[in-house]
Amino acid sequence: MSGFQYVVLIPIIPFLMFLLIGLVGHKMKPALAGLIGTTGLFISTVLSYITAYQYFFVSGKVNGVYEKIIAFNTVWLQLTDKLHIDLGVLIDPISVMMLVVITTVSLMVHIYSNGYMKGERGFQRFFAFLGLFSFSMLGLVLATNIFQMYIFWELVGVSSFLLISFYYDKPSAVAAGKKAFIVTRFADLGFLVGILLLSYYTNTFDFVSLTTPGCPAIVQAAGITFMGISVVTLALVLIFMGGAGKSAMFPLHIWLPDAMEGPTPVSALIHAATMVVAGVYLVARLFPIFALTAPSALTIVAYVGGFTSLFAAVIACTQNDIKRVLAYSTMSQIGYMMLALGVSGYGGEDGLGFMASNFHLFTHAMFKALLFLGAGSIIHAVHSNLMTEMGGLRKYLPITHITFLIACLTIAGVPFLSGFFSKDEILTAAYHHDKILFFVEYAVAGLTAFYMFRLYFNVFWGEDRHYHHTPHESPLIMTLPLMFLAFASIFAGYLPFSELVTSDGAGFESHLEMPIAAASVGIGLLGIFVAWVMYKKPSGAPVKMATTFKHLYKWSYNKFYMDEVYLFVTKKIIFNNISKPVAWFDRHVVDATMNGFAWAANYASFNIRDLQSGQLQKYAFVFISGVVVLVLSFVYFFMN
Amino acid sequence: MLNAGIPMEAFLVVSTLMFFAGVYGFLTRRNLITILMSVELILNSVNINFLVFNRFLFPDKLQGHFFSLFIIAIAAAEAAVAIAIIINIYRHFNTINVEDVDKMRY
Amino acid sequence: MGILSFLVLIPTLTIIAILFTNDKKQARLVSAIGTGVQLILAGVLVWMYLTERSAGNTAQMLFTQDIMWYPTFNIHYAVGVDGISVAMIALTAVVLFAGIFASWEVEFLNREFFISLILLSSGVFGFFISLDLFTMFLFYELAVIPMYLLIGIWGTGPKEYSAMKLTLMLMGGSAFLLVGILGIYMNSAAAGQPLTFNLIEIAKISIPIEAQRFFFPLTFIGFGVLGALFPLHTWSPDGHASAPTAVSMLHAGVLMKLGGYGCFRVAMYLMPEAAHEMAWIFIILTTISVVYGAYGAIVQKDLKYINAYSSVSHCGLVIFALLMMNKTAMDGAILQMISHGLMTALFFALIGMIYGRTHTRNIYEMGGLMKVIPFLSVVYVIAGLASLGLPGLSGFVAEMTVFVGAFQHADTFHRVATIIVTTSIVVTAVYILRVVGILLLGPIKNEEFNHFKDAKWFEKLSTITLLLMIAAIGLAPLWLSNMIQHSLIPIIQKLAVTTGI
Repeated sequence: MSGFQYVVLIPIIPFLMFLLIGLVGHKMKPALAGLIGTTGLFISTVLSYITAYQYFFVSGKVNGVYEKIIAFNTVWLQLTDKLHIDLGVLIDPISVMMLVVITTVSLMVHIYSNGYMKGERGFQRFFAFLGLFSFSMLGLVLATNIFQMYIFWELVGVSSFLLISFYYDKPSAVAAGKKAFIVTRFADLGFLVGILLLSYYTNTFDFVSLTTPGCPAIVQAAGITFMGISVVTLALVLIFMGGAGKSAMFPLHIWLPDAMEGPTPVSALIHAATMVVAGVYLVARLFPIFALTAPSALTIVAYVGGFTSLFAAVIACTQNDIKRVLAYSTMSQIGYMMLALGVSGYGGEDGLGFMASNFHLFTHAMFKALLFLGAGSIIHAVHSNLMTEMGGLRKYLPITHITFLIACLTIAGVPFLSGFFSKDEILTAAYHHDKILFFVEYAVAGLTAFYMFRLYFNVFWGEDRHYHHTPHESPLIMTLPLMFLAFASIFAGYLPFSELVTSDGAGFESHLEMPIAAASVGIGLLGIFVAWVMYKKPSGAPVKMATTFKHLYKWSYNKFYMDEVYLFVTKKIIFNNISKPVAWFDRHVVDATMNGFAWAANYASFNIRDLQSGQLQKYAFVFISGVVVLVLSFVYFFMN
Repeated sequence: MLNAGIPMEAFLVVSTLMFFAGVYGFLTRRNLITILMSVELILNSVNINFLVFNRFLFPDKLQGHFFSLFIIAIAAAEAAVAIAIIINIYRHFNTINVEDVDKMRY
Repeated sequence: MGILSFLVLIPTLTIIAILFTNDKKQARLVSAIGTGVQLILAGVLVWMYLTERSAGNTAQMLFTQDIMWYPTFNIHYAVGVDGISVAMIALTAVVLFAGIFASWEVEFLNREFFISLILLSSGVFGFFISLDLFTMFLFYELAVIPMYLLIGIWGTGPKEYSAMKLTLMLMGGSAFLLVGILGIYMNSAAAGQPLTFNLIEIAKISIPIEAQRFFFPLTFIGFGVLGALFPLHTWSPDGHASAPTAVSMLHAGVLMKLGGYGCFRVAMYLMPEAAHEMAWIFIILTTISVVYGAYGAIVQKDLKYINAYSSVSHCGLVIFALLMMNKTAMDGAILQMISHGLMTALFFALIGMIYGRTHTRNIYEMGGLMKVIPFLSVVYVIAGLASLGLPGLSGFVAEMTVFVGAFQHADTFHRVATIIVTTSIVVTAVYILRVVGILLLGPIKNEEFNHFKDAKWFEKLSTITLLLMIAAIGLAPLWLSNMIQHSLIPIIQKLAVTTGI
């Protein structure tokens, strides 16, 4: 056997924590609940590090190729004779990498929350939900088959809903949770139909058999076309729709900025590092099918990713709420990852994009979690989300300041920090595949540096604002995770990703292409410089810029009116033009028809009752007329 | 004999006239007493028919006569009951106009 | 006497025992004991069924019993169960048990209430065990008629109107059904055999296609009325809205399942050719049902109306899946019946409990209940999540089985219908979250709400019973699904053989 059975425990432990804290948490002291949750996750984290070590460096490699190992599998529900939903644990490079990402970030967030959420109502509930989320997310990445993934996919959706609406007496939080759930649910509809379509033609849900290159079921299904499109392509596009929903790709991105209504640690965990990259993971998981049988679907992935990254970066430049800036930045970075997958080929050095995507996923998780937790620390200190109410904080929050700066430098692609390496790989992959996408990404790299440093200078430099009380540095329990993540952000780039996580499991040599690297560093520094000029000291420059590009600024500030479009569709079209008419139709047509029958019966009886007049002579008259008619007809018919 | 020159049809014409006179009276009169009288007319027209058919068709039998006698007796009883009802109706409604006595409707 | 007859006998004994009680407390205690025993019996039945099957008994019906009842027309008291009936019986027992506790505090004519409720349930139990069409019809009527009294006397709002509407529409359905059953009876004789009402016997012969064409729609629509087949569903919103809590629970939870059960056990099983011929009509109707019910639910203000429309949608899915006529889809249909039965019963129980506190069912007059009655609110959220198909709860299992099954038809008509039906998962999410958002979350709407007490012990018992079942099916569906699939084999064979598939 593979010796990886213990991996099952990694998701199970958080689930037990969820049950424990969820059922009896309200009877515990908050601190105890926090401790239990954190300890549970700590064990999971240790286990996943052991798994990673064992898989990557001890027993994962067979003949120089990392194998897919099924450590555990059990039939959960038999559907048809061939199709059955299994629950199991699949171990391969990307799932192991995700294990490490999820447990690390989750552990940091658990630790951080002990400080951040202190004294909040529902502290225990918060940890219960974190446990549920960690369980679902771990189950998702370990899925052995696409339906198991869908199951956990839905579960992370619900955990995300519960955590966004955590402050449930705040109407905006409730609305944001609802929006997140419904938008992703809509995307999941595509995912589901895609699964149904794919499984109908291939007769399996199983990842291992689906993603084996040249899998007969896939090859055969690829030959079947529907309206000129191969059903495999169609199914993959639909599945990607699910991924796009979770990963907030345009146009299904609108839930993510609103999701920032949730507590900040949640934003760090779910909406920056783990759940939102589930879409990337999904495409990566099915990558062999994408790359080998449905390259057109992969092109769609690339362009959606590319467009989203530009779109979100433009919006991020004008937002005022620091969490929203980070949310748009997340969208933009996920766009990068999608694009990287989209421009990748399969196998060896062709799979550079695949490797780069996962690499960026890894580094991004670290520095984006750091940014969010840093933002949480800032919000904790000044009790506001708005940049306009912050300034000069570097004096008050030294640790937050330094770690935040490291994260900003990392995301801007400054050399020798992790973001530089992963982003550079993506740019290289894009350059070799599609020049248009390359230039889009190149521009986005500059924008990213600009908006991040706009944020940084606005918050930490400039003048002091009127604070309710002097801002103070967060307690150690909150700054410790910041320091750890800052450390990870700096050094994660030195991991030999191209040796470990590749499209076909075999490692290859990756090397920096100096011209591209230099160009990207150049534009990053340019962005930082522009931000420095504009925001380091209060100046008229931002206002001037805003007035010069009035329309662009306005559109960007209003997020290109996407929310309004959605509101129009949901409120005006679905609510007012479908549901209300349906409800009306039901009451006034269908039901009225039924009532109409009753009324008709009633009306008829009401009218014929006049025959019973009580007038003796009328009865006699009718009787005699009847006799006469009968006699006459008798005579007429029988007597002639 | 009584019927030496009179054919059976003549009796039947009389009885038919009586019958329809009775029916007409029953349907058109509004006074309960007159309605009762019309009923008597109808009964008596039937009596005539019984007697006539008995006499002309089965001269050696007597059933027709007996029937007539029965009818007369019953008609007397019926008249007594009917008049009693009419009196009660009058006491209750203060009228014996049949159109006003329509409590037994829907 | 077989174990099955006890299922009818125990409710009867309970009714007699209630007649001898003196006051409210005794009456409800007796009812609780009676239904508790019934629940245990149902559990024993499930266990006995599974042991019998694993011991290798492959008969279609187990624990059969056959007593001649009325020789002139060859009517028997014939009972027997397969996996499907066992599952439905267990569902009924659970919902009934929960229903008794949900109506723990009925004040007005309390003994009569429990008597009617249990009488109704004995009809349901009888229906599920019957193998004789006539006996089945008799129990069916027994289940439908007490509903009139229960709604008319103990209901709220325009209760007389609703009771009348519900009863008349269901009676209309019964009229169709009676003609259908008699039609089947008239065509039921195998060569040289007398006419029979016995389902299993009739299934062995094949009814002439001309007769099927006439009697299939009658039977199907007759049962379909109770299964809320569009456009014959309108008794459901009014009826549920006016009915008292336990009655809504039993009605939506169990009685509506009689419709779906009858549709496949009688109409489709006995007249497969006509079923194949006419399936497309009913597929269109049920597709409409599913989507229409869901959209209808989005704009309702009354909690019970929302749930009633959602029932229309979910029950539409049951009949839709049945009409797909393959093992997976039909398995899904039955899972959906059970899952919907539990979910909707839980919903109605909770609505009743919330109404008992707020005295309104208008969602716009409520808000922030999560703060004041956390237990009930959390259960409501879980029920809602089950309803919108969250994995780990029963709704997901049922819906996915239906969708996968329905997707096994590759032609355009079935595909389009299936995809339309699939979209309901989004709409369901919309209306569920709308209610949760308005009703439970947000700030407290009304000062008086602060005085509310959270669930009492009997309310907890009632909801937790249902919740446990929902979670049990959701977490480990395999045993139930296998039990159902095994029992579907004869039906599928009959549907397939006669049409040469």
